Amino acid sequence: MSVQLLEQQFYEKIDNEVSIEPRDWMPDQYRKTLIRQISQHAHSEIVGMLPEGNWITRAPSLRRKAVLLAKVQDEGGHGLYLYSAAETLGISRDEMLDQLHTGKAKYSSIFNYPTLTWADMGAIGWLVDGAAIMNQVPLCRTSYGPYARAMVRVCKEESFHQRQGFEIMLQLSKGTEVQKKMAQDALNRWWWPSLMMFGPPDDNSPNTELSMRWRIKRFTNDELRQKFVDVTVEQAKLIGLTVPDPDLKWNEERGHYDFGKINWDEFWNVVKGNGPCNRQRLETRRKAWEEGKWVRDAALAHAGKRKTRKEKAAGQETVAA
Amino acid sequence: MSSIFRKNLYGDYGDREAAGGSENGADSFRSEWPLWEVFIRSKAGLDHKHAGSLHAADAAMAIENARDVYTRRMEGVSIWVVESKYIHASDPNDADALYEPANDKIYRHPTFYDLPDELKHM
Repeated sequence: MSVQLLEQQFYEKIDNEVSIEPRDWMPDQYRKTLIRQISQHAHSEIVGMLPEGNWITRAPSLRRKAVLLAKVQDEGGHGLYLYSAAETLGISRDEMLDQLHTGKAKYSSIFNYPTLTWADMGAIGWLVDGAAIMNQVPLCRTSYGPYARAMVRVCKEESFHQRQGFEIMLQLSKGTEVQKKMAQDALNRWWWPSLMMFGPPDDNSPNTELSMRWRIKRFTNDELRQKFVDVTVEQAKLIGLTVPDPDLKWNEERGHYDFGKINWDEFWNVVKGNGPCNRQRLETRRKAWEEGKWVRDAALAHAGKRKTRKEKAAGQETVAA
Repeated sequence: MSSIFRKNLYGDYGDREAAGGSENGADSFRSEWPLWEVFIRSKAGLDHKHAGSLHAADAAMAIENARDVYTRRMEGVSIWVVESKYIHASDPNDADALYEPANDKIYRHPTFYDLPDELKHM
């Protein structure tokens, strides 16, 4: 079949909301873009376990510890769903991890910020997971089948993440003066980086057009960011916390909140590797991979021995593959 | 195509391994754990559905990992794991030719038959 015909069929599927599946023909650039997006999404989940993992041993109660453990466990699982989806496009797990460890692949820059207090757990669950949900719900209908299905599974699990975060902030805001201050301080530090999670503004996002043509992306960065602000400001009012933006103002004409200018220098700086925790995050991941090598090798050796034992017991000789 | 993208499409694995020559399974191992596809039956009475994939050293480990990752919320009573290389898949390019005979046999659908309204239980 000619490439033109295959391409025509591909665009017919895109335009008719028919999913593209692993063995379907797809443009090389579509494949490359998806591998990059899905693998970086996966890396974000795994690296995202680190800032919250930091507080598991210091959670203020047994319930909070169990809940935080469950959340971090979920993030690990999300990473797996996404790595699986990426592997259907023809890249291996080892290659993707190598890209992460050598800095060739990125992960969401939000995870390059430190978690300084327990209230950060609340702020992250509420704001960071909240922003992620806003991004991920439309992705449940993204054009690539395995990615969409992974997103459906992720979204089901993600809602408890946001609720536990908001609950933490709610409790703190009803507590002592020290607790209220801690909650406000966490909001002050996590608000702007959360807005940056939606990526650069539309007029500075060259990939957006192609991603939207291919139905990988369904809403622009600015559209999602605006929605997040509108929704979250109302939630902040409920717990009596102040969003750290003096320019925040309801605009009756637009039907949306106007908000202040984002410091894009900070955003690009963190993306380039100069955020507070970039080096630390990567070192932790590299260390985990390198120091875990003996476990991976041992598991394979053990599996090999188990297989040989079974075959001997069955009275068969080991068969050459 | 850039060389780092090996197109490992479902159904390719088995053929490639057979063609690539033999490796004694018990003695040597590749440094990466093999890839397994996971199927979960969420409730007795339903069939197993494809849930995703994972890497594991062997079947026992694959099942344990599948339980850890895919059934955290009691979503499974039964787990099947199959090494991805043993899944053979039809080629979507052949879809037209493969499924065409089914396309024009509309008499397989109940709506094809025009029967009187008074007829009951059918």
